[in-house]
Amino acid sequence: MAETNQTLEVGDMMSASDEGQQYLTFILAGEEYGVDILRVQEIKGWDSVTHIPNTPEYVRGVINIRGTIVPIIDMRIRFDIEQLAYGPTTVVIVLRVQGENGDRIMGVVVDGVSDVYNMSDEDIKDAPDFGSAVDTKFVKGLATVNEKMVIILDIDHMLNSQELNEVDSVVE
Amino acid sequence: MSIDISQFLVTFYEESFEGLEIMESELLNLDVGAADNETINTIFRAAHSIKGGSGTFGLNAVSDFTHVMETLLDEMRDGRRQVTQEGVNILLSSVDVLREMLTALRDSAELNVQRVAATKQQLDTLLGGDAVSSEEKPQAEQAPVESSFQLWAIDFRPHLDMLRTGNDPVRMFRELSDLGELNATVDVSGLPAWDELEPEESYLNWKLALDSDKDEADIREVFEWVDDECDLNIHQAAGLFVEAQHEEAAPVQPLATPPIQDKTDTVAAVGTNAGSAKEPARKPTASGDTSIRVSIDKVDELINMVGELVITQSMLSQYGEAEKIDTAGIERLRDGLGQLERNTRELQESVMRIRMLPISFAFQRFPRLVHDLSSKLEKNIQLKMSGEQTELDKTVMEKIGDPLVHLVRNSLDHGIEKPDVRREKGKPEQGTVHLNAFHQGGNIVIEIIDDGAGLNKDKIIEKAVGRGLLVEGEAVSDEQVHDLIFHAGFSTADTVSDVSGRGVGMDVVRKNIRSLGGTVEVTSKVDIGSTFTIRLPLTLAILDGQLVKVGTETYIVPLISIIESLQVKMDKVNTVSGKGEVYRLRDEYIPVVRLYHVFDVEPDGRELTTGLLVVVEAEGEKVALFVDDLFGQQQVVIKSLETNFKKVGGVSGATILGDGTVALILDVKGLMGLYQKQTPARDLYLVKSSDAAA
Repeated sequence: MAETNQTLEVGDMMSASDEGQQYLTFILAGEEYGVDILRVQEIKGWDSVTHIPNTPEYVRGVINIRGTIVPIIDMRIRFDIEQLAYGPTTVVIVLRVQGENGDRIMGVVVDGVSDVYNMSDEDIKDAPDFGSAVDTKFVKGLATVNEKMVIILDIDHMLNSQELNEVDSVVE
Repeated sequence: MSIDISQFLVTFYEESFEGLEIMESELLNLDVGAADNETINTIFRAAHSIKGGSGTFGLNAVSDFTHVMETLLDEMRDGRRQVTQEGVNILLSSVDVLREMLTALRDSAELNVQRVAATKQQLDTLLGGDAVSSEEKPQAEQAPVESSFQLWAIDFRPHLDMLRTGNDPVRMFRELSDLGELNATVDVSGLPAWDELEPEESYLNWKLALDSDKDEADIREVFEWVDDECDLNIHQAAGLFVEAQHEEAAPVQPLATPPIQDKTDTVAAVGTNAGSAKEPARKPTASGDTSIRVSIDKVDELINMVGELVITQSMLSQYGEAEKIDTAGIERLRDGLGQLERNTRELQESVMRIRMLPISFAFQRFPRLVHDLSSKLEKNIQLKMSGEQTELDKTVMEKIGDPLVHLVRNSLDHGIEKPDVRREKGKPEQGTVHLNAFHQGGNIVIEIIDDGAGLNKDKIIEKAVGRGLLVEGEAVSDEQVHDLIFHAGFSTADTVSDVSGRGVGMDVVRKNIRSLGGTVEVTSKVDIGSTFTIRLPLTLAILDGQLVKVGTETYIVPLISIIESLQVKMDKVNTVSGKGEVYRLRDEYIPVVRLYHVFDVEPDGRELTTGLLVVVEAEGEKVALFVDDLFGQQQVVIKSLETNFKKVGGVSGATILGDGTVALILDVKGLMGLYQKQTPARDLYLVKSSDAAA
């Protein structure tokens, strides 16, 4: 039931305001990341997954969401951040990713869900180039909310290109 | 028109192809000489709807072509023309041409224009030519002019009640303005006095000048829906008119009443973004959207079941809300759960049934095939079909089509003898090919029975020896001999014809059928005939699986690929160069694949004796999968991993188990590939089971 309630809340907040775009933010190792809220399908607690052989480590496995098989990506491993044991606040954000072959549903494991912010495109500044030190390929931009920095993610880019390539190379 | 009609194109194509199939099968039913009027009518109706539809979508080539066919059919219907074999043959090839045209249009592919022209020529000749072709010619002559812009003068006088039929001239003008530069002048002389004015009647007449590179047919298309509700006069304006129009335009326009003026303004404005919008609309989406026609009964049945499910659910939640559940309450809950289970199962069954189509969809192409081939091969062959209503999954149906065609061709070419040969053998001159389908267990069985020569055992053995498949003098059973014809490159035909005999095919047939999880066998008696029996699972969506356990993971092995499961006796395990393990099963050495190793999971035990070996086979190769334990067998619903993820090596899909968790379904062939990649190549020379057995 908890899961449905959360989904409803997201829906309510969406209609609450129509200024700019809304972003759902989540916490990962103390940093706050944002994703376009319209891409969020649901938020659910961490549950065991079915491991998929011969896939990159960050692909935790697949779960069943109402009859659909959904792959689960661990963001900490994806971003090469030290791993943390999954706790009660660990959640899976189920996202709709747009790709060349249509929409796909994927889940990402994050430390916890934080907030929902309204942001217009002007609020989002380009991320600086860190050179090879930090991979900013998946970062759409940086925004400031209440004096805090929020990293806005480009999930289509993040969960598509490289993801598929790497998985592909395993199959070949 | 603001409605995007391209969305109906898909339906149009689908219906047209259905119509073509009807035309084809009815044409084959047509008795030359004594044609049944109802049959001709059916063909005529199908042709007519294709013509109408293609006209609506502006597929003029198609509608022109169908028009000629229709004329011919019309004459036949009215008895003005004899139904001749020649006529039927031309109509049949016209059906083929139409199908090609529609396919080409749908896929935006190249069309063999020559063939279309040739067939149309044939039709025209048959019709006595001139009447029709003279109608076509002026249009052809116009063709060179079409490419350049020219001025069209359109005199458009709607009847009083045109607006009542829901047709809005403004929309038509807007569409016209897509064709080119449009100038509209309105004639308000028909307007009655204000108090006599009926708001729903149209009193205005228009003179339109269109500067467009389109031809008359394109312009007429705009007025297609109001054909009967207006007087329309379209003609090519001479150069003079251009002058006149320029002079005229200025004084006439102010005459228009203010609201109408607005309308002309919008039209003119739209006119500036000319032309291009129309073209893309015609291009069909090449996406692989397929649809299925479901009888309303099946849908009603589903709705009923969902209704019952809802009732059961509300009953259960009512019981569940009781503050204290006593023994009687538990009893009631149990009953309710039982009912829920029943409902769910029924619901699942009827949902599956939606995907089921009668096999007649696959069978319907055979009358034509037999008709064409028997005249080509100079044989007298009758086709019998039974069990056409046997249902099977749409996906299976699509994939079984080609193998079936191959087998039927084979029977026609190799099976049935020529009439004189049959007479000598004391058989009726007319040979029979019988297609039969029925359900057996969870399978559908399709039989192709011919009363021809049967398989020539000696000839097959001779060929097999020649190709080194058999050793001369080796004793072989009938089944083994029959099995030989499924080998690649095997043909007993003395001459290679364009029908069959190249020896490609039977192996492909078997491969395709196996990929569907089915089997094909043949039984044959010399001079009595052969029977090919195909057995297929009813659906690809459900699979009989064996659940196996490796560590904490559960995998599903398709039951069809399992040969046996056994406990390991260590003395039968050997290694090849210390790495590649093989297990001796009777007289075969079978490579052992440690599933935990291939899939990189932590097993319960690494000693072969602690677990079990599941011997599986794929495409003639065997391997023994080492697993920790076997769980039960169950039917599982196959879910695609690719929908949201990617194809994974060694895994053909996933399913959801009773507890809601996901289990992976193993792809035995893929697993072998993975295993071979992981094992260094030099270990493999002995491991191939066929080599080891020799």
